[in-house]
Amino acid sequence: MNVATATTAPVVTSQASNGSALKDKIAIRNLDFYYGDSKALKGISLPLYANKATAFIGPSGCGKSTLLRVLNRMYDLYPGQRAEGQVFFDGTNILDPGLDLNLLRARVGMVFQKPTPFPMTIYENIAFGIRLYEKLPKSEIDGRVEQALQRGALWNEVKDKLNANGLSLSGGQQQRLCIARTVAVRPEVILFDEPCSALDPISTAKIEELIDELKTDYTIVIVTHNMQQAARVSDRTAFMYLGELIEFDETSKIFTSPSDRRTQDYITGRFG
Amino acid sequence: MQSDHTAKAFDEDLQELNRLIAEMGGLAERQIADSVDALVRRDTTLATNVIASDLDLDKLQHVIEERAVLTIARRQPMAVDLREIVGAMRVAIDLERIGDLSKNIGKRVAQLDNDFHPLKLIRGLEHMTDLVQSQVKSVLDAYAAHDLPAAMAVWKGDEEVDAICTSLFRELLTYMMEDPRNISFCIHLMFCAKNIERIGDHATNIAETVFYIIEGQPILEMRPKGDMTTFASAN
Repeated sequence: MNVATATTAPVVTSQASNGSALKDKIAIRNLDFYYGDSKALKGISLPLYANKATAFIGPSGCGKSTLLRVLNRMYDLYPGQRAEGQVFFDGTNILDPGLDLNLLRARVGMVFQKPTPFPMTIYENIAFGIRLYEKLPKSEIDGRVEQALQRGALWNEVKDKLNANGLSLSGGQQQRLCIARTVAVRPEVILFDEPCSALDPISTAKIEELIDELKTDYTIVIVTHNMQQAARVSDRTAFMYLGELIEFDETSKIFTSPSDRRTQDYITGRFG
Repeated sequence: MQSDHTAKAFDEDLQELNRLIAEMGGLAERQIADSVDALVRRDTTLATNVIASDLDLDKLQHVIEERAVLTIARRQPMAVDLREIVGAMRVAIDLERIGDLSKNIGKRVAQLDNDFHPLKLIRGLEHMTDLVQSQVKSVLDAYAAHDLPAAMAVWKGDEEVDAICTSLFRELLTYMMEDPRNISFCIHLMFCAKNIERIGDHATNIAETVFYIIEGQPILEMRPKGDMTTFASAN
């Protein structure tokens, strides 16, 4: 990452309720976000702890996907969208204009709502990303592809047909292929934007299981409309409403006794 | 109070659970009153009725449990809704136990075959029952109205029940020492007193459930308790 012009902040650690120290992988400070003139995020400050899964929940239009897209500067692809404030990634402000975006996106991977495999073989779907960032001999790429597919819990299902088209897989398999593709470039943070909304319950369970395993190596951020899913897979939950962060706490606390009335109304289905 | 759910049927499910608890509570209150009434008046017919009616409480508890499980499966409740449903299940269990304890008093009425009937003891028992009944009634009202201060008053009020129970025990002990022929009767009365005291404990359990439903966490402080053992201690 280009740190030459970046402002830095101290890495904050705080205590978890069980006494173990939590390390901020990402620290969001006073973040505002604009789509043209309309303000979509208002003064968001939030830590994302290393090797933990954080869920963003809230009604449609609350800004949770916007917040997710700030974390890998996805919004840069669109004119008229801008973020103000600071987002420290291991102490470096990623909103810095001088930042190398390709490097940032290699460190912060993203999995989308609909599986988006490339129209190429399963093998190439994975190898493609690796080759973008690293020059490796074929044998090593083979190893990395297998590793990634193992990590994506897909290896056993596709090891005999690595040359089949990625699009020939089922929806759930395609999504796991996308996760494997993300994992292959060895990011530090993985962003999931509604990763299971197009999947059946069994594929959903597999992805959730996978997210649980990925936490040992990665910091996970997940946006989901499925409250039960947030309750199952995340350690921390942030509830957002109308562009504001209403409540951020341990997931077990949010779903059993949230502090804010608006959080309670939302998670118990009393909104609008 | 809470605003309504977007899914109206969910509100209906919760209301139905509350209605069933109210029904079960009313029945349990009557069982306590009838059982002690049967004991005081040595009315074996009423006692038999109490024993038979316990089945209704058991059935209601099953219905509530079934409904609660179904609602959890169907709605995947969160936060206050989840606590409300878990709370209803807990209260139903306490009410079912209150029924069992009343039934046990009813069973003992038939066993009281001698003429020994010390009025003072009976009055003491009645007094304790009045107190426990008002505890049960208050806590069920507090549960229905989500009234935390009222529930806490019940929670703290149990100390007095314990104190009366202890003094009753002492008194029974003196009767037993006085004349061994009183022992059988006194033992039955002692169990009846203990049953009523236990009913008081279930009222405090319900108070704790109310606290949990409203506050979202269990009560951490210790409940004040009257010492139940000193009357029979060695020194």
